[in-house]
Amino acid sequence: MTPAIELREVHKRYGTEAHVDALKQVSLTIETGELVSIVGPSGSGKTTLLHIMGALLRPTSGTLRIAGRPTSSLSDPELSALRAYELGFVFQNYVLTPGASALENVADGLLYCGVSRRERLRSAHEVLDRVGLVARTTHIPTQLSGGERQRVAIARALVGNPTLVLADEPTGNLDTQTGAAILALLTSLNADGVTMALITHDPDVAAAAPRTIEMRDGRVIADRGTDANTRRA
Amino acid sequence: MLEPDTKHSRLHPVDVARIGLAGLRTGRLRAALAVLGITVGIAALVAIVGVSESSKASLVAQLDRLGTDLLTVQPGTNFVDVTQNELPRRAPAMIGWIPPVRHVTQTVSTTAAVRRTDKVPPYETGGITVLGASTDLLGALDARLAHGSWLNSATANYPTVVLGAGAAQTLGINHLEPLVAVWLGQRWFTVIGILRPVAVAPELDQAALIGLPAAHDFLGVDTHPTTIYVRTDPSQTVAVRGVLARTANPANPQDAVVSRPSDALAAEIASKGAYNTLLLALGAIALVVGAVGIANVMVMAIIQRRTEIGLRRALGATRRHIAIQFTAEALILSALGGSAGILAGILTTVGYAHARHWSATIPPTLIPGALAAALTVGLTAGLWPAIRAARLAPTDALRATT
Ligand SMILES: Nc1ncnc2c1ncn2[C@@H]1O[C@H](COP(=O)(O)OP(=O)(O)OP(=O)(O)O)[C@@H](O)[C@H]1O
Ligand SMILES: [Mg+2]
Repeated sequence: MTPAIELREVHKRYGTEAHVDALKQVSLTIETGELVSIVGPSGSGKTTLLHIMGALLRPTSGTLRIAGRPTSSLSDPELSALRAYELGFVFQNYVLTPGASALENVADGLLYCGVSRRERLRSAHEVLDRVGLVARTTHIPTQLSGGERQRVAIARALVGNPTLVLADEPTGNLDTQTGAAILALLTSLNADGVTMALITHDPDVAAAAPRTIEMRDGRVIADRGTDANTRRA
Repeated sequence: MLEPDTKHSRLHPVDVARIGLAGLRTGRLRAALAVLGITVGIAALVAIVGVSESSKASLVAQLDRLGTDLLTVQPGTNFVDVTQNELPRRAPAMIGWIPPVRHVTQTVSTTAAVRRTDKVPPYETGGITVLGASTDLLGALDARLAHGSWLNSATANYPTVVLGAGAAQTLGINHLEPLVAVWLGQRWFTVIGILRPVAVAPELDQAALIGLPAAHDFLGVDTHPTTIYVRTDPSQTVAVRGVLARTANPANPQDAVVSRPSDALAAEIASKGAYNTLLLALGAIALVVGAVGIANVMVMAIIQRRTEIGLRRALGATRRHIAIQFTAEALILSALGGSAGILAGILTTVGYAHARHWSATIPPTLIPGALAAALTVGLTAGLWPAIRAARLAPTDALRATT
């Protein structure tokens, strides 16, 4: 089976003069259907890695393959279609649309999928229910707590039924109980075949993932879990 | 699992409009200021065309009322032999023999002055000429009376006078009851009528008209015609015009001046086609200012909304979708500005036409044309910023704000 994501010797350098090498020759493979947690200290390059996996960021050097195809050979419409239909992102800072209600924000997850507005809102309502926010559908982001915003962001990532979810600290702002509920939701989706990469600082989340990739200073320093994937960078 | 070939990112046109409007709502004041230029420019263009067309339409209506079938014959200006100029007395009768001619009538000039009273010195004529007029002049010219009655075969013999509209005003006469008399030549003439302005023969407005017999009897003028008015079959006017000089003055046809009064109006109508260049230029400048305003709003929006652009890319928007979205915003802006401008331009036209007693005429192509102009401006101004927005790397902004 083709791996969902394959990184070969990926290097990412930010800036030109006072540059930062956020990723240093990272190679790793995530198989379809895996649940991978990514851990590491702040600034170790986790977010950079996640953005590269979603082809939101181009590697400075090295190759990224999504579903076996090198992203450098994909056109902008092809990449966009991947993001629209197959990928779900949860950003570290949520990135919600300020003036729009929770429902609208979640529905935007389907905006570029050729789904009617009525259908988008219906699906959004359903997913908001699953993340426990059905009572907050009309609230705009400034009227939501940090944890509620985070759940809106998760709902938006899930509304399009993606096959690959890339989440940056999806439970970082949640209390233990809500965090556990969200984790249960994500693991149940994974059980249904959705591939997942979760950045986390939470040992419980890391423990729930069969495989954990540990980053430090732009490198993968440990890759524990499923034997076939265990490798050193 | 991932099959990039089979699916495409899609954005429904309704959603383009929806997110475009939402984007504009965030920067409402700046957007309003930006469209002001477009509004002013479009308003100017619409008003210029509307006012010109309205005035043209009113002239055409006037021309229709007057008819283009009127010709005049006047003596020439041969200074060597003045007698050569004189139109023969028989000229009106001769002209009447031309088959398509329907009416012939004439006026005869005199040197007499007309004054309110005999106390006013004779050189103060007030620019009023005294003319002898045939009794059929009124009917031939389709002229109308404001007051009183026109000369008839009886009153034409008596010291009675009908005043042109301007002449009556100059003399300060606006009523006929009780009886009004004016000092004309060396005697009192009773004013029996006042004409309305005669558009096709404006020379009559500044005239005091007396009967031909009266002109002969009281002023001693010989009755060589000064102006012969000829109404023709409308389809034959040009043909009649060709033979009129020869018929009127067979001895010296080159000394008979034939003209068609409606030509002056027709020329005025033709000149209305050329719109006021200065105003048009101002409108164009306002449009350019509007374009710069819209471009500015769009560039600012793109700088401020990088996060939104990044998010949309992450949600599956193609570069094209981003470009379309921002172009749509520019188009919505310019359409709003253009619509406001069209409304303002129409109101200006209606107001101006009303003040001038014209009926306001808005050519049917003007409104879509003006809207197209506004949209073209919006497209021109919005396209480049939109393409720049589409080229932004998606991720930079996604990590910035919280
Ligand atoms: N646009 C950028 N320009 C320059 N340097 C950047 C940029 N983005 C990130 N970096 C740097 O790259 C390094 C890795 O950043 P990254 O956000 O990937 O870390 P992280 O592991 O996600 O950290 P955290 O746990 O705090 O979110 C950091 O040192 C950061 O300062
Ligand atoms: Mg991070």
